[in-house]
Amino acid sequence: MYNKLPLPFELYEVDILKASEEDLLKISSEMGLNLNLNEMKAVKEFFVKRGRNPTDVELQTIGQLWSEHCRHKVFKGLIVNDEGKIVADNMLKNFIARATEEINAPWVLSFLEDNAGIVDFTDEHAIAVKVETHNHPSAIDPFGGAATGIGGVIRDVLGVWAKPIALIDVLCFGPLDYPYDKLPKGVKHPRYIMRGVVAGIGHYGNNFGTPTTTGAICFDEGYVGNVVVYAGCVGILPKPKYIRRVKPGDYILVIGNKTGRDGIHGATFASADLREDSEVSSRPAVQIPDPIEEEKLKRAILRIRDEELGSGITDLGGGGLAVAVVEMADRIKGGATVWLDKLHLREKMSPWEIWISESQERMLMGVPKDNLEKVLKIVNEEELECSVIGRFEDDNRVRVFFNDYLIVDLDVSFLLSPPKIVRKARWIPPNYDEPSFPEPENLNDELLRVLSSPNIASRENIIRTYDHEVQGNTALKPLHGEHGGPNDASIVKPLDRSWKGVVISVGLKPQYSKIDPYWMAASSIEEALRNNIAVGGRRIAILDNFTWGNPEKPDRLGQLVEAVKACYDFSKAFNTPFISGKDSLYNESPLGPVLPTLLITAIGIIPDIRKAVSLDLKSPKNPLYLLGLTRLELGASEYYRLKGFIGKSVPKVYVNESRKAMECVTKAIDRGYVRACHDLSEGGLGVAIAEMALSSNYGAVVDLSRVRREGVSRNDLVLFSESNGRFLLEIEKKSASEFEKLARDLGCTYSKIGEVSSDGSLVVSGINGEIVIDLPISEIRRAWKEGLKW
Amino acid sequence: MVIRILILRAPGTNCDEETARALREVGAEACIVHTNKLLSNEVDLFSYHGLVLPGGFSYGDRVRAGAIWASKLKSRLMEKLMEYALNGNPILGICNGFQALIELGVLPFTRRTDLNPKAALAPNISSKFEARWVYLKCHSNTCIFTRYIDVNEVPRMPVAHSEGRFILGEGLSGEELSKRGQVVFKYVKANGAPANSEYPFNPNGSMFDIAGICNEDGNVLGLMPHPERAVYDWQLPDYTSVRRYSGHADGWRIFKSMIEYIEEEIR
Repeated sequence: MYNKLPLPFELYEVDILKASEEDLLKISSEMGLNLNLNEMKAVKEFFVKRGRNPTDVELQTIGQLWSEHCRHKVFKGLIVNDEGKIVADNMLKNFIARATEEINAPWVLSFLEDNAGIVDFTDEHAIAVKVETHNHPSAIDPFGGAATGIGGVIRDVLGVWAKPIALIDVLCFGPLDYPYDKLPKGVKHPRYIMRGVVAGIGHYGNNFGTPTTTGAICFDEGYVGNVVVYAGCVGILPKPKYIRRVKPGDYILVIGNKTGRDGIHGATFASADLREDSEVSSRPAVQIPDPIEEEKLKRAILRIRDEELGSGITDLGGGGLAVAVVEMADRIKGGATVWLDKLHLREKMSPWEIWISESQERMLMGVPKDNLEKVLKIVNEEELECSVIGRFEDDNRVRVFFNDYLIVDLDVSFLLSPPKIVRKARWIPPNYDEPSFPEPENLNDELLRVLSSPNIASRENIIRTYDHEVQGNTALKPLHGEHGGPNDASIVKPLDRSWKGVVISVGLKPQYSKIDPYWMAASSIEEALRNNIAVGGRRIAILDNFTWGNPEKPDRLGQLVEAVKACYDFSKAFNTPFISGKDSLYNESPLGPVLPTLLITAIGIIPDIRKAVSLDLKSPKNPLYLLGLTRLELGASEYYRLKGFIGKSVPKVYVNESRKAMECVTKAIDRGYVRACHDLSEGGLGVAIAEMALSSNYGAVVDLSRVRREGVSRNDLVLFSESNGRFLLEIEKKSASEFEKLARDLGCTYSKIGEVSSDGSLVVSGINGEIVIDLPISEIRRAWKEGLKW
Repeated sequence: MVIRILILRAPGTNCDEETARALREVGAEACIVHTNKLLSNEVDLFSYHGLVLPGGFSYGDRVRAGAIWASKLKSRLMEKLMEYALNGNPILGICNGFQALIELGVLPFTRRTDLNPKAALAPNISSKFEARWVYLKCHSNTCIFTRYIDVNEVPRMPVAHSEGRFILGEGLSGEELSKRGQVVFKYVKANGAPANSEYPFNPNGSMFDIAGICNEDGNVLGLMPHPERAVYDWQLPDYTSVRRYSGHADGWRIFKSMIEYIEEEIR
């Protein structure tokens, strides 16, 4: 089937014209194309029409461009139920993008289109954001996988001409005490993976010189076989420098690292399940990180941007040159001619390898002829390598030459339109019972246990290995004050001449998908917003990042459809548009699918960073107010989990209540009433008040009988319910009546539940007036600080 | 006349912009210049009043932190650099810049003939990267960079490094350095009591809790903490908690001292 052509380099003609169905599948598998029969038939049909056989390079090109990773075939496909009825058609367009289109916010400058989403910031500047997953590579090589995850997402932001100003890392691991003998072959221990991942993120971010300001970590058995690594980057760019004006005739430049054999088939690897032998078979799919090379690349790109020498830019990511060239040609509705032998290489490689290698720290740039010399001078001064590898054309063809021999000749539109897939989805809600267990007598112990749970305990030992203050603009830090308090969001002040800040927060509630992925997604969105608003953020845009199991299995896809529906519903309801997103499917291992996980990243603004609010208690005698209603919602809560239950009562999102509470917090902050604010999430009220106190040098007195609640009549359940829509606030004493009036006028559920005390202890009285918690803050702090051992 | 400061950068230097901002804040003109431009004589060191080697990971900190940067400077610029220092021009090395000055042999002693390093900044005892705010105490009244810092004060700045453990070569002692007024900053506890190597007050295990040292003449300072990240009050880790702050934070005073020295002594 493969005929080696008599040339001075390696090139095969693949006999597809005569291939049977069986042969087609064999070709797909032998060449690592990862295409199904239907897709292979479409490929055959294309070449039948052309009346010739493809080269191996052409088939590889199609394999990369048609991969799930690059084309999002599931999100763009047709989804039907068991009866064949359509459940969703093109979820990306009709749920995610539709929400943004319907909200139609004037401050959204670019969404779901370019390398990163872009929102307005000041008159002169815009903010760009992108979040990526790097799960599969991190499972094989935790350090390299996580580091190149950061490197890749930085290039996405450079790919819209923006300067990186903050990094985000959100990680999900198996429990660190997972027994070694239960690990299936080929699966690494969570502790080993976590050490590598954390070191990789720190290494790349610290060396590159962008602060890692925001993150989250979640531990669950559902991640033992499939580690989840989300890497995000926020950037800033002057609006007039967002240049996309590539014209036919412009040169195609590859700037940066030499191309090598690392990262071959990364995009197709990311679109398949992890197997026992992935370590060996997919090792070449993992790339090698070099943050210093990328730092040089950043310097060069920003200089080229400032002088407006480039006409367009994109990063070289999944699918390498093949994908970047084709997608960039499509942007101008044109084509490209590529001289592949001109590219600077690290080693001798076959043409197909050069064309799809995912070597890191490389960017693709369009440069008009007249600017070429100036660009080359800058690149040279920054000690970078660069090759002019081709030219953009005005026809719809991509033609690749190697030593003057034509090795690829394909239509751009064909490469970007794989056959639409049809997948079956089935959503059957699990049938868990609400647990029944007696109310514990000693709530002191319960609180300490929840605080020291790895899902809640301090992340200080991790965050301190990340430089979170380089660039000197981190106004609200991930670790607050001398006790390292967990602020709800971070704030970066990127411009010297403006007090405006970028507010960065995340929402991550994967546990809830055990009960209902719809409410999981709803809660993730709501929490991301609340985290942002708690520190003073507003005008919030969000990003969605799905990590899911194999979508070819109807139950996994059924869950996905539920979560995507919630994305539309709550993006609309909260008027918060999606500006970017990415899905990572096929997260399966011998242990089964990953816990369905949706990361929501929220990007808000604060008009004046001097008005930011941190979570630590500020002064004794100030009243503490709880906004929002506490319901019997402990399904998949941390409290139930520690007791060995899942439960049924997953927290829901009550949009009206939630929106009122958010509005109240923003107004109260702007009017100067708020001294401290914290959102209620994992561990509920108990954890929120403990964290506010342990971040300060004060204590608190709280009365649970004053908590506005519905259907909750036990002290432990009031303390640990995870109902959404709630904030805990310390209000300046003299502003208390004004705050109450504001809350009343807005129709919020609120109550004064206690006050800040000076005696350094947390005293909580129960529903019936008895003291249920009395703990020194030092003990609370120790439990929280020492909970996560790794 | 405008005071001009040269901020030297190399691949991996990543604190040059905030350092330039700090210098502008105290009224200087800050020029960020690539090391190659200095090595090729395209830019003349002597047309600047002062030199700053900022933080980062120059050349990826391969071999040792700051080693490649230092060897590049050593091979092509050493004589000029020594002359510049001996003329009394202020040189400030922050974090990676401090590491480079040590590797160069400009610190701790500028007045000598042999240029082998006499000290080192070894990997932190915790063997981790440490990003945290530390308390310092100023122990020198000869260093020109601490004119605005009183010996009884406890300034705060953040550190962010994995190779910051100061150690001295054979035959040299901390007492000796201290006696000569070359120990400029020591890590202390919040109340000003000595850290006595206690983690995390001394974040890296430095001998004698040394955070920063100067040369014999006091015009060359190297320190691990980042003063450029503590120029404004809003950069403080508890800015939202304390309402009494106004304007500047402690790192500002180092840059202010540098500029005042130039105004009074050099110009």
